[in-house]
Formats: sequence, C-alpha cells, structure tokens
Amino acid sequence: MEPILEASNIVKVLGSGAAEVRALKGVSLELMPGELTLLMGPSGSGKTTLLSILGCILTPSEGTLRIGKNMATGLTSEGMADLRRRHVGFVFQSYNLVPTLTAAENVMLALELRGTPLSEAPGIAENALKQVKLAHRAHAYPSKLSGGEKQRVAIARSLAGSPSVILADEPTAALDSENGKAVMALLSEVAKDKGRGILVVTHDHRTLSYADRLVRIEDGKIVGRARRRARPGDGAAAAADH
Amino acid sequence: MAAAIGTSSAAPKAVPMARKLAYRNLFHDQLSLFVTLVGIVFSVVLVAVQCSIYLGSEFRIVAVMDHIKADLWVLPGGTKSFDLPVLLPGRERHAVLSTPGVKSAEDLVVSFINWRRLGQSSGSDKTGCSSETGTCGTASALLIGFDIATNKTLPWDIVQGSLADLATPNAVAVDSSYFKELAVERIGDRAEINEMQVTVRVVTQGIRSFTTLPFIFANLPLARTLVDASVGQATYTLVQVAPGADVEQVRKSLQARLPDTEVLTHGEFRQRSLDYWLFETGAGSGLIAGAVLAIVVGIVVVAQTLYASTKEHINEFATLRALGASSGFIRKVILWQAVLSAIMGYCLGMVLAQVVIYFLRDILPIVMTFNLVWGLLVLTIAMCVLAAVSAIFKVIRIDPAVVFSR
Repeated sequence: MEPILEASNIVKVLGSGAAEVRALKGVSLELMPGELTLLMGPSGSGKTTLLSILGCILTPSEGTLRIGKNMATGLTSEGMADLRRRHVGFVFQSYNLVPTLTAAENVMLALELRGTPLSEAPGIAENALKQVKLAHRAHAYPSKLSGGEKQRVAIARSLAGSPSVILADEPTAALDSENGKAVMALLSEVAKDKGRGILVVTHDHRTLSYADRLVRIEDGKIVGRARRRARPGDGAAAAADH
Repeated sequence: MAAAIGTSSAAPKAVPMARKLAYRNLFHDQLSLFVTLVGIVFSVVLVAVQCSIYLGSEFRIVAVMDHIKADLWVLPGGTKSFDLPVLLPGRERHAVLSTPGVKSAEDLVVSFINWRRLGQSSGSDKTGCSSETGTCGTASALLIGFDIATNKTLPWDIVQGSLADLATPNAVAVDSSYFKELAVERIGDRAEINEMQVTVRVVTQGIRSFTTLPFIFANLPLARTLVDASVGQATYTLVQVAPGADVEQVRKSLQARLPDTEVLTHGEFRQRSLDYWLFETGAGSGLIAGAVLAIVVGIVVVAQTLYASTKEHINEFATLRALGASSGFIRKVILWQAVLSAIMGYCLGMVLAQVVIYFLRDILPIVMTFNLVWGLLVLTIAMCVLAAVSAIFKVIRIDPAVVFSR
C-alpha cells in the first residue's frame, strides 16, 4: 500500500549562528492510509516542529515531503497554504475554534477555505457534526461548549472537505480522562477511512491503545517504531518494526 | 439552549464566511467598534460640513452668474470677480453688436451702493427704525441693473410682486432675508440710494450673496441713474453668439475691437470668480485643508482601532492561515470589517451632519448635494480601506506555526 504522506531525511535548523539549533536531524516518516499513528517523545524532542513540517506550515531545511502525489518542498508560502488547505486537517491542543462563530460555522469556515460551494456547506457541516455526535450543539458558540465538545467540533472541522491527512497536536492534553478517551476513540474511528491517515502527537500514554502505529522521537531523531495493532490481513497482533 | 440542526431549514445560512467573520469580529469587540465609529463619525461630520460650506460658497459666489444667459462677457480688464465690479468706459454694446457672429448683446450694471435706511410709514417697529421720517443709518449693498425687456431670468425666486413691477419708477427688488439689514419688510417700503428714493416693488426669497452684501435688483436705466453712469455705460456687456458662429472666433474679434476690456466665456468668468473668492482669499483653501485634516484624523483613528482589533484576533487569523486560508481570504475579512465600519460610521455621521447643516443653514452658505452624499460614502469607504492596510500587513506576515505554541 502506498503511504499517504512520506517524509524523507527531514532536517530543520532553527535560528542561526551561535543560536542555531538542529531541531530535526534526518527524520523519515510515513503515514499509511487507514491508520492512526502516534508520535511520542519528551518535550523539546522536535515533535511539534515535525508536525509543523508535515502540515506544510514550516519548510524543512533539508529533506523531502510528499503528500499524496504532491511534493511539498520548495513551495512558496501561498503554495504551502494551498497544499494544506486541500490535503491536511488539523486538530489543535487548545482547539483553536473561532470564538465568534458557532460550531457549525466553524466547520463551514473550513469548508469554504477548501472551496466547497456555499450552498453545500451547511449540509456537509451538519453531517460532520453528526459524525462527531454534536449535531445538537451546531448553533452553540465555543464559549458554551465543554472542552470535549470543543475538541469534537475541531475534529469535525478537520474532517470537513475530507483531507487525506489529519494532524493532531496533543488533542487530549486539555481534556479529562473520559473526554480524552472519547476524542481518541473518535480519531481512531475516523482513521478507519482507507483514504486517510492520522498522526497524533501526544504525551498521553492512555492514548496508546488507540494507535495502529507508534513512533518515538528523541532529540530530533526517530528512536523507535512499533506496530501496535494489526489491521485486517496484517497477521501479527502487534509487532515491533525496529 | 442550542437549537438542533436535524433539518436543513435549521442549518446555518449560507453566507460567505469572510463577511460573516468580519461582522462577528466587529460586533464582538463593542468598545473597539464604538471607538472606530466615533472616529469615522467625527471625520464624516467634519468633511460633510466643510464640503457643504465649500459647495454653498461656490453656489453663492456664482448664483447671479448662473441665472444669466451669455456666451461671452465683456468686462473691464483685471476684473477679479463678478461682484467686484468696475464700470466699462461705455458704448461697448454698440461695438459688440457690430461684430460678425454676434446675435445679441445687453448691458448689465453691477455696482456697490450705499442703501440709506428710512423709517416706514406703516409704523411697524420690526425694521429697527422708530422714526417715520428720519433715517436709520446706511448699509452697503450690491446693485444689479439689467434690461427687464430682454432678461427674464433675474431676479429669481420672486415671492411678492413680479418682474414687470420693476418697470415702475424707482422700483427695486430685495431679498426677504436682508429685510432687517435694509430696514424694509414689505412691498412699498422705501429707502434711498445715492440720495434718490427707491421703493421695494419685488421681494425674493433665498437670494443671498457670498460676501454678505445684499443684492438690490433694478431695471437698467434706474441702475445707471443710481450709480451715476452715463447712457450706454455698463459694468458688463453680455454677448449671445449667433447660431453656427464660432465662440472662440467671435471672442477674438471682440477682443481686437475692445482692447481695453477683457472678453471671457461664461465658464471662464465663472471660474475666475470662484477662484478669486475660494483660493485667492484663502477661504476655500481653509475649507479644503479642514476636510483633508478630518480625513487624516479619520484614517488614523480607524487604522488604530482596526489594528488593535486585528491584534486581539491574531490567534484566530493564525488558525485560519494554518487551516490553509489564502492571503486573499484574510484580506477579505479585514477589508469587510473596514467597509462595514465605514458604512455604519457614514450613516451615523451623515445623520449628524444633516442636523449640523440644518442649524447652520441661516448662518453659513451651506449646501448638501446628491453628489456630495454619494461622494462622501465613497470617500468614507476609501478612508477605512486605507486604514485597514496596517492591519492587513500585520496578519499577512503572521506565522501560522504559532498555533502549535499556544
């Protein structure tokens, strides 16, 4: 099966001169369709930098990134914005919903950015909220939603327009145990879509059981990869790749 | 309680999100919106009043000229404005009439006069003259003498009497807005011009001069007598060019025949009069400078509040960028905010400006025209869009990676 996202030998140098830091030191990573991959590592290990590069927000200093059939390196900022608009959905730690828009409007905003016709957006937003079991909160503003509900709206927003890659940055960090589980269960469910791959950056060991693959990063390098859960036809229940 | 969206009718309305976001952001920061609107309203009111005074001044400066039909004006050399008159040497009309291409010519006498107020026999005390026979001082005025047989457009807005009444001996027309200054209040009231008694036979309403001197209209022979001009002498000779004749050619011919005078087209003399009062005296420049200053103040206030509002929403804009929003989409949100602010500020400002203009209408030359109303709307929107530039620069340069550091 072709990876849906493929990063090869990614190097990211931050700062310059005496303040220069090599945040990533030749990272290679693949996201497979229909899988949820967890990226774990201590603070300062380069998780967020890698996520930013995989999401076409930062450009790598060296290495290549491919999303689907699109090369994501060497693009202008508008070209990168176009690529992430078409192929990448984000779920942020602090939700990042627009506070002046309702839950449904937040989803419609993402749809409009992805070029969905205006007349179709309300229906698609409605379905996306149904998918995360929040249809009854469609007209609520973020300030009236609980943390778990906000994160589910954020997931609905990331799903809007059916991007092939969803990148989630610590999606359970601000949630209690029950909501955290609910969000991970939802992401795991979403990952079953064969046209989509999900990468979740997390510190939270409670999320391990939801992962198909686990990648460990330390000091800007991948130090471990493991298959946590067998997909139908894979054979072994759990196997370490390295 | 939030409503369910089980049916499509309950689904959110399909409004472009850039516009919706701009509207919501604007009303979310109500204090910021208030400050923005105060800035715009201040600017709109000031610009509207300044421009209205400018237009009102223009209107009054050329009010009489605009009621005179003439292709060419023969005037004493160096005349700066219609209402700064000097008499021509005399008999220009005959020279004009004998020039090829001229259809008709008529004389116009314009002259400063001293209007000697007299007590009125009616016994009314409203004029300020308590003595029935005594005088009550003098007032300066501008006498306009014209041929009542040929000129049917002066004076206009007659409310008492008729143009034909100016044919009666010593008849003059005055405007009711100058009654108190001229110590008259009705048809039949008397005054003296150059020791010659005149009687009010026609009353107009709303004919006011830019210089504040009252206009006194009289027939041409009486005007010549009152200013001690000889027969055939005038201040201006008004020329109508024959159909098919070239105005420029006729002007050259007249100029050659009358070398001590100036021959100007109606438009040229009108513009010269406007330029003199509006720019040579500095009156118009002051008004324009005031309007420009108001626009600058408006831009600064709106720019500051829009910038502050944008900074307050910077994380949302960063999220939009992270979600893949193009620069164009972000620009659209901020520009919509600017345009919505402009429209709200303009509406409030114009209401206030109309109130100010209403109260100033008897004190100052002030006119609000349809073109000015629309022009100000365009100007206000342009002002707010210009003010949005700094906010747009701030947002366009935002690094979407900040969304991961929150």
